[in-house]
Amino acid sequence: MALTAFLEISHLRKVYGENVAVNDFNIKVERGEFICFIGTSGSGKTTTMRMINRMNEPTSGTIKINGEDVTKMDPVKLRRRIGYVIQNIGLLPHLTIKDNILLVPKMLKWDQKRMDERAVEMIKMAELPEDYLERYPSELSGGQQQRVGVVRALAADQELILMDEPFGALDPITRDALQDLVKDLQQRLGKTFVFVTHDMDEALKLATRIVIMSHGEEVQVDTPEEILRHPANKFVADLIGEDRLIQAKPTITTVGQIQRPAISIVQTATPREALSLMHKTRVDTLLITDPDGILRGYVDLEVINDKFRTADTVEAIMNPKVFYVRQSAVISDTVDRILKRGYRNVPVVDDAGKLTGIVTRAALVDMVYDALGGAATSNNNDTDKDMSTDGPRTDIGTTDVKEGAQAVADVADDADTKDKPAKPAEKEEVHAHND
Amino acid sequence: MISFFNQYGGQLMQELGEHIYISAVSLALGVIVAVPLGILLTRAKKIAGFVIGLTSVLQTIPAMALLAMMIPIFGIGTTPAIVALFIYSLMPILRNTYIGMNGVDPNLLDAAKGMGMSNWQSIRWVELPQAAGVIMSGIRLSGTYVIAWTALASYIGAGGLGDMIFNGLNLYRGDLILGGSIPAIILALVVDWLLGLVEKKVTPATTQEV
Repeated sequence: MALTAFLEISHLRKVYGENVAVNDFNIKVERGEFICFIGTSGSGKTTTMRMINRMNEPTSGTIKINGEDVTKMDPVKLRRRIGYVIQNIGLLPHLTIKDNILLVPKMLKWDQKRMDERAVEMIKMAELPEDYLERYPSELSGGQQQRVGVVRALAADQELILMDEPFGALDPITRDALQDLVKDLQQRLGKTFVFVTHDMDEALKLATRIVIMSHGEEVQVDTPEEILRHPANKFVADLIGEDRLIQAKPTITTVGQIQRPAISIVQTATPREALSLMHKTRVDTLLITDPDGILRGYVDLEVINDKFRTADTVEAIMNPKVFYVRQSAVISDTVDRILKRGYRNVPVVDDAGKLTGIVTRAALVDMVYDALGGAATSNNNDTDKDMSTDGPRTDIGTTDVKEGAQAVADVADDADTKDKPAKPAEKEEVHAHND
Repeated sequence: MISFFNQYGGQLMQELGEHIYISAVSLALGVIVAVPLGILLTRAKKIAGFVIGLTSVLQTIPAMALLAMMIPIFGIGTTPAIVALFIYSLMPILRNTYIGMNGVDPNLLDAAKGMGMSNWQSIRWVELPQAAGVIMSGIRLSGTYVIAWTALASYIGAGGLGDMIFNGLNLYRGDLILGGSIPAIILALVVDWLLGLVEKKVTPATTQEV
């Protein structure tokens, strides 16, 4: 299975006279994927899709479905195995909805009883009333017609469904509903979709992977998240649009990308050393780590003041209940929790529990502000460098704590948080020095 | 009037029968040839212009001349008349078939092909039903032409209502002229009406009949 993908396109090329419509197109699609081809008009996206069911013949290269080369198959039989939905719906106006839905089963010579059952099943899948089966296409609205168009492509249990800008002619609300329907069908039925669109929102909403095309070339093939996070070049960034990139920030930026250096001290340090570090860095709370840099707890000025003379190490007086976030977590998933708890700063750890920095409340506010269409003058330029090691994941935790833990890790002083969230940048060295 | 029917009634019925026979056979042949040819031309668009042009040229030959030209080939009688009228009936049917088939929404053809219809299925399930109205109006047009021109066919001995009309002309008898031409007009109107019904019938429903 790992060797042959469900749909495999390699070195596909299509030339019209002098014109290269598609050049060296390669992709491997697994069963159940939702692939969106997106690009400007003339980018070759529709041509590529239409070569899959041989509506266009490739000039060279191969397309394999389940390891079978489509150019060696009877095109008529091939097409009956592949669902096909076009922008202009293409319901036959002289046939009832039922007959339209059953076109392919009829070609495959299903028996009548099976077809009758199938029609009912399909109209339900389209979320339309059963008596619509007897109606004609002109008696349905555009959105309803395309619902029928979509289920018609599924009626004969096709495994692969090709869609060519199917919702391009619909109004935004109807389009949204149809997108939900298609996404739901894909997830529920595990069908594989190849979907051509020029609407980036649509691609981001539906796709498991997006293929960005320009002038017949693949520019970038990746998940929506990766494309938002790392547009391959300016063309992709323009296609996505600046607004969308900013808006998407909270959903694709990880905590690690906006973290600031944390002020911390090892657990074996004495309260005196801690106090002098606080003094030097002008903070009222220190994070405490073990010698390996693993976050253990925190200590604030008040505690040090109380226990300054009795304790030998900060470990003895630290509060081990500290709320932290993982650096791989996505901002949008963490922002709520951080803001709700009222922390000004939250320590950030990597997967091993090692302290890597802090996120400040101010940085979060900046990000949310930008995402909601605030000032164009974003001061989050540092989000461009990627510090995350793996994909976005929601990992929020509280160290070895029962519920109700509400430790606050304050590093910055109050007055500073407004516009200078973290401590000044000179604080490169985050671990305490035992001097 | 009554005395006219008493005297010529039998002859009138016989000539009407011949008239209908000649028209019907010519038109039927026209349909049998022109409809499939029109469909075929939509699959061979390169020669379509040529073939349709050719039938248009045939159409421009004066009816009388075409009928006369049949005599050296087929002699006189019903056969040459049917051949000539068949040639006349071709053009409207062929042209309408071609236009009707070509006028089918290309999106429907794309959807049909994309779903896996063979060429024949696409013609049978998509193009013919969609083009039926236009094809039928071509047949209807040819039908009325053929009935009118059949009157001329008596000139080459084909029989039909033309016999009575030409007799009337030769003998200066207005009653015979009217006696032949009025039934021919009525026949044309009736056939036009009937074919109109057929046209409506073959144009597929696109809404539910209540």
